[in-house]
Amino acid sequence: MADEPTLVKCLIWDLDNTLWEGTLVEQDKVTLTDAVRKVIVGLDERGILQSVSSRNDFDNAWSRLEELGVAEYFVVPRIGWTPAKSVMVKEIADELSFALETIAFIDDMPAERADVSYHHPVVRCYEAERAAELLELPEFTPAVLTVDGRRRRQMYKAAARRETARSEFTGPDEHFLRTLGIVLRIVRATEEEITRVEELTLRTSQMNATGVHYSDETLRALLADETHEVLVATLDDKFGAYGAVGVLLIEKFEHAWNVKLLATSCRVVFSGAGTVLLRWLADAATNAGVHLVADFRRTDRNRMAEVAYRFAGFRSEDCACAAGIPPTSEPGIERLHLAPTRQEPPGTMTVHAPDLGSPEAADLVWGVAES
Amino acid sequence: MPESASEHLTTAAIEQRLLGFLLERTKIEWEVGQDLFDTGVVSSLLAMELVVFVEKTFDVAVEREDLALHNFRTVRAMTDLVLRLGKATDA
Repeated sequence: MADEPTLVKCLIWDLDNTLWEGTLVEQDKVTLTDAVRKVIVGLDERGILQSVSSRNDFDNAWSRLEELGVAEYFVVPRIGWTPAKSVMVKEIADELSFALETIAFIDDMPAERADVSYHHPVVRCYEAERAAELLELPEFTPAVLTVDGRRRRQMYKAAARRETARSEFTGPDEHFLRTLGIVLRIVRATEEEITRVEELTLRTSQMNATGVHYSDETLRALLADETHEVLVATLDDKFGAYGAVGVLLIEKFEHAWNVKLLATSCRVVFSGAGTVLLRWLADAATNAGVHLVADFRRTDRNRMAEVAYRFAGFRSEDCACAAGIPPTSEPGIERLHLAPTRQEPPGTMTVHAPDLGSPEAADLVWGVAES
Repeated sequence: MPESASEHLTTAAIEQRLLGFLLERTKIEWEVGQDLFDTGVVSSLLAMELVVFVEKTFDVAVEREDLALHNFRTVRAMTDLVLRLGKATDA
């Protein structure tokens, strides 16, 4: 069986005689067929971003997209008489921080497709007449649709506005964070959240402290297990949602909680959410009267996780609390220990979290008051 | 590689490099004995950058139990760490 094709993360549309019928500079009226409109909306629902690369006057073309009611679907458009489309495609990929392997390009002009293919052989190019069939192709069909996938365009736009504000802010990072009104929500995972977790753990390598991948199935099986906690963290701020940004898998023993998985998205590294998660956990463990034992496997990409653990006070040390924890079956994992103490609430965000000591108790609010 | 005493970084030189880095990143002038983490200005991202900066600038490896908050709390603590790890490498 052939390998599954790499999913397309962004489709770049040519406009004249591709997205719409007609050439804008030659005719006043260009039309958008129902079939193409259906593809635009369909790809958006699947979490596939869409952009534009077109030789036109920007204002003219963009106002036409607005009139047609589809302008909001396109991010980082490149509309102008120069540069070459291969350059536009590369600029769009760079601005989205996407690898070219995840970019697709659709254009009616063979010369434009040839230019893109020549400079970027990994970009998948499609003839304009194939537009209507894109939704049927496997590279445009994610295995599961998640809440975050469906909101990816809004999340991307929020991130762009946030980045602009950040680049204009002249003070220290932490002061900027205080202006964002960040809310970190930690919830016990449900069936629906598991798909977001799967997506997160597959996409997140930088902060995956254990370097062990827990499958959808494994985590699903642990949802009903009373000795395990599967927790999902989401982040929001005044610019919008970041979606699911962290996952924690904890097994509770009499004297210690074993942190088996802690992964946070690289998208939120700057927010300090990983450190806040650890501090919240230390506080919760203190309340429950248990120590923390974290599984950690060093990889060449998770140094950040080690720094977070160790700066939170975790050490390579033996403690009687770990007596009841069976040895891990995964190779190369060491266990970092913390005898936790009460933690000061974070000054940069508000945390909403379940009371891990009691399944029925109301959620706790920790940190700066929401304005 | 032959090494003379003059090639070793002095305490003052290490402190200057660290203070310069902190000024650039936080836009604040720090004192060598000032607690970087108490004021809430140093984020977890900056903590990571500090570790990387110390390792790259002074060619040392900060590992395991040395990778602790108390070694990075102040410019003075980081300087002591660099001097200690630098010596260990030479030996």
